[in-house]
Amino acid sequence: MSEQTLFKVTVDNITIEVPAGTTILQAARQIGGTVAPPAMCYYSKLQGSGGKCRTCLVEVSKGSEKDPRPMPKLVASCRTTVMDGMEVKNITSEKVVEARAGVVEFLLLNHPLDCPICDQAGECHLQDLSFEHGKSGTRYEFQRRTFKKHDLGKHIQLHMTRCILCYRCVFTADQLTNKREHGILDRGDHAEIATHIEKSLDNEFIGNVIDVCPVGALTDKTFRFKNRVWFLKPMDAHRDCPSCSGRVTLWNRGDEVYRVTARKDQWGEIEDTPDGKPGWICNSCRFDKKQTTDWVIEGPREISRQSVIAQGHYAGNIGTTIPTETFAAINNGRTPHLLMDIHSESEVNQPNIHLGENEGPSNSATFNNNINNA
Amino acid sequence: MGVKLLLEKANVPGIRTYDVYRREGGYSAAEKALKEMSIEAIVEEVKKSGLRGRGGAGFPAGMKWSFIAKPEGVPRHLVCNADESEPGTFKDRYLMEFLPHLLLEGLLISSFALGSNDTYIYIRGEYAWVADILEEAIQEAAKNGWLGKNILGTGFDCMIHVHLGAGAYICGEETALIESLEGKRGNPRIKPPFPAIQGLWLRPTVVNNVETLAAVVPIIKMGGDEYAKIGVGRSTGTKLISACGNINKPGVYEIDMTISVEDFIYSDEYCGGIANGKKLKACIPGGSSVPILPANLLLKTAKGETRYMNYESLSDGGFATGSMMGSGGFIILDEDQCIVKNTLTLARFYRHESCGQCSPCREGTGWMEKILQKIESGKGEVSDIDLLWDIQRKIEGNTICPLGDAAAWPVAAAIRHFRDEFEWHINNRELSQTSNFGLQHYADPIHVPA
Repeated sequence: MSEQTLFKVTVDNITIEVPAGTTILQAARQIGGTVAPPAMCYYSKLQGSGGKCRTCLVEVSKGSEKDPRPMPKLVASCRTTVMDGMEVKNITSEKVVEARAGVVEFLLLNHPLDCPICDQAGECHLQDLSFEHGKSGTRYEFQRRTFKKHDLGKHIQLHMTRCILCYRCVFTADQLTNKREHGILDRGDHAEIATHIEKSLDNEFIGNVIDVCPVGALTDKTFRFKNRVWFLKPMDAHRDCPSCSGRVTLWNRGDEVYRVTARKDQWGEIEDTPDGKPGWICNSCRFDKKQTTDWVIEGPREISRQSVIAQGHYAGNIGTTIPTETFAAINNGRTPHLLMDIHSESEVNQPNIHLGENEGPSNSATFNNNINNA
Repeated sequence: MGVKLLLEKANVPGIRTYDVYRREGGYSAAEKALKEMSIEAIVEEVKKSGLRGRGGAGFPAGMKWSFIAKPEGVPRHLVCNADESEPGTFKDRYLMEFLPHLLLEGLLISSFALGSNDTYIYIRGEYAWVADILEEAIQEAAKNGWLGKNILGTGFDCMIHVHLGAGAYICGEETALIESLEGKRGNPRIKPPFPAIQGLWLRPTVVNNVETLAAVVPIIKMGGDEYAKIGVGRSTGTKLISACGNINKPGVYEIDMTISVEDFIYSDEYCGGIANGKKLKACIPGGSSVPILPANLLLKTAKGETRYMNYESLSDGGFATGSMMGSGGFIILDEDQCIVKNTLTLARFYRHESCGQCSPCREGTGWMEKILQKIESGKGEVSDIDLLWDIQRKIEGNTICPLGDAAAWPVAAAIRHFRDEFEWHINNRELSQTSNFGLQHYADPIHVPA
């Protein structure tokens, strides 16, 4: 095989050599860190994605070695290929920082910001983006657009109000499954993701739209409101699946598998399988195999320390550290009178009494009442 | 009387039919091009003519043609953009309705020059009756051997297909038009690749405006050099202007681009002055998306020179004190018109027509409309003006296609030139609901620094 032509490209004063045809975004991701522009709509595994959200805009201060003229406008780095000798400014350009703050504001304009009740919170790209590039307040004082929630089939719920119209799910459904069943209806700020006339999406691989969704617009109905992602422990696992690679991340709490997702890399994209294909997973792996016995567990998944999901779970890459001290050693020889596990059943923690049914602050008297009335 | 090239025969009775058009010298340019000229010679003539795209951007047509890729064995296409949806622009409709054969002749010559065997006219859905006229003309032309197989014995095959759009302004953008023509949702594509490399069905494609293609006929008839002598500077040939608004004689006029804006508005040959004896307040000289100009900057440039109806003069002073020729939709506003309301109307249009693909345009256009609605209904704050300015600045240049710019420019220009009126609206909330800011100082001569 002949050697590939390598282009020299400089992003934020860091030079790297990449093969011809690489996009600016991919080159910047190879450098890594803050040099990589954020991307809300681009997804390297999906053909034709990108160019829409405009968060990855960068300034090209030098077109190439041959044609050193700068590009007149900011360009979408996910869809612009590099030229030899190109110089790109990402966070070193004031124009880019300002434009990006503008884009974040636009994206949040009609977004409900209901993170406290949204299942995506903690792993939401928009949350990260607004934290990194946004402002703390909004200048928007009008009513936000709202939509009704829709069920796209048995396992997926679409909450259009949160959607940022990145088109990722449309591309996924289009390219992964052989039938195109959903797309965008209407246009402008009233555009919506929809299946025509409430048709359900029941393809075997349709669950992957949940993984590609950068916000909480498409959620897993088997997981909705069950738990917060940062309380769960992601574990790499695999099984011998007849229809997909079977390489997944299990999200556990204790022995219980709360949800199954594909493995995602540091950019939030599906990881490749060892044979170099994108590791999409099938619906039965995702929605039906919710027992640890279904899976061969490989070990805890590495999570970036900056991620909220990593909170308190693992010290480095070693895994869970079990404390070696005993209570007696810490308490100068005294042992506790009562040690209560908040998860276990007890006189005050009865599974058949829903805590929400109590009006106002509860005490043992209310519990007794509840028990007597039950 | 100015030179007339396109509309010369528009008043001949029955010119819409093939027989009359042919009797009046029609299809002689096509005959000349196909029989006597080589492909290179036709492109060369168009290049020499200096013809600029009449759709709005003003890109030299000959240069656009020479960019088309010619890979072996891949068909090429010519697409005529008849999706004339810019508010204030109706020149193409007039041309197609009254001179359908002129467009067909232009299309035939251009198809021959570009090697397009299947040429498409993408016409807006609201022009359904014009599409019928074109279909009829195509049948007539085909019957007389001007379309179909082996035209004039040259071995060149060409068929023209009319495709109706479904009522989206965005489909006038060339890549959105191509998507729509392919049967997809009319979302603009991300460029590059440009249509000249990968256009319709990923084949090399040229998209030209109706007027541009019609202008090819006189260019071939008289030669590129002769055509270039009409007009001034880089604004060669004639341009159709669709004049509307508060004038005595609204309509489509053909001008040779040497006439001054003042003459165009006030002479009896063209607009015939402002209607009802009112005074001129402002003008949008090139279709709704170009910046609006107050009367004093419209008639004279910031340097105090007379402003002419051509590409260079209208854009003299950049966006700070100038505007654009655009598509030729000349909208006149008299002293009774409210600029805030006018801007709101435009902002509403762009919000409705944004395709919703990229976030600055999708969200920004709606936001601008809501703020303008707030100011217009007497609930605005002074800070809203600065907010509007900031929003338009963040939309402009950051979108996939020019619709974002087109939505931002009218708002920017209205604030730039008519900030007083916006402030008056905000400071006189009740008064602004019942009366109008009026002409005020907008027609006063501006001070020209020596």
